[in-house]
Amino acid sequence: MTKSELIDALAARGKLTKARAELVVNCVFDSMTEALQNGEGIEIRGFGSFKVKPYEGYDGRNPRTGEAVEVKPKRLPKFKVGKDLERIVDESRAVKPELDADDDSDDE
Amino acid sequence: MTKAEIVQALYDRVGGFSKKESADLVDLVFEMMKETLGGGENIKVSGFGNFVLRDKRQRTGRNPRTGDPMEIRERRVLTFKRSNKLRGILNPARKAG
Repeated sequence: MTKSELIDALAARGKLTKARAELVVNCVFDSMTEALQNGEGIEIRGFGSFKVKPYEGYDGRNPRTGEAVEVKPKRLPKFKVGKDLERIVDESRAVKPELDADDDSDDE
Repeated sequence: MTKAEIVQALYDRVGGFSKKESADLVDLVFEMMKETLGGGENIKVSGFGNFVLRDKRQRTGRNPRTGDPMEIRERRVLTFKRSNKLRGILNPARKAG
């Protein structure tokens, strides 16, 4: 599902025009983005929570060339799934068992 | 930020919805996202990030407190991959990427 499909679904379920539904969905994600930008966490009960995690800078290396690179400090959002959604998602294994298995690659 | 604050933002910024309608719409957005993920489908929110389901194999782990080996069963988990745009917004001084 993409954001535009979410907008269409909200228009249908919420009995809104697509233009209004788009304003709603954009407002939800814009306000969440602003909270994270302010370093504020977000908690949506039953869905999950977001936190902004600061990372210190370090001297890294380009893994291909071995060249030294400076990795600057950064802030990244971390999502933790809520209990309810965690259960719902796990139960969906029975519905659609065709996902990439076990990709543990991290954000970075 | 809580869901109530998102409701307030919707009420304040997008005219024409009552408080009750604003609350119902925000609930509906998260409810539909839950239904989609619960149906085994990923969600991509451009500019924000992707909610990605991953299937994990059964493995033997350890109780971190006692060190006892334990079976971790096969399961499906939800991960969030932030968009590069969101990363850029959180780190205005560095280039997004």
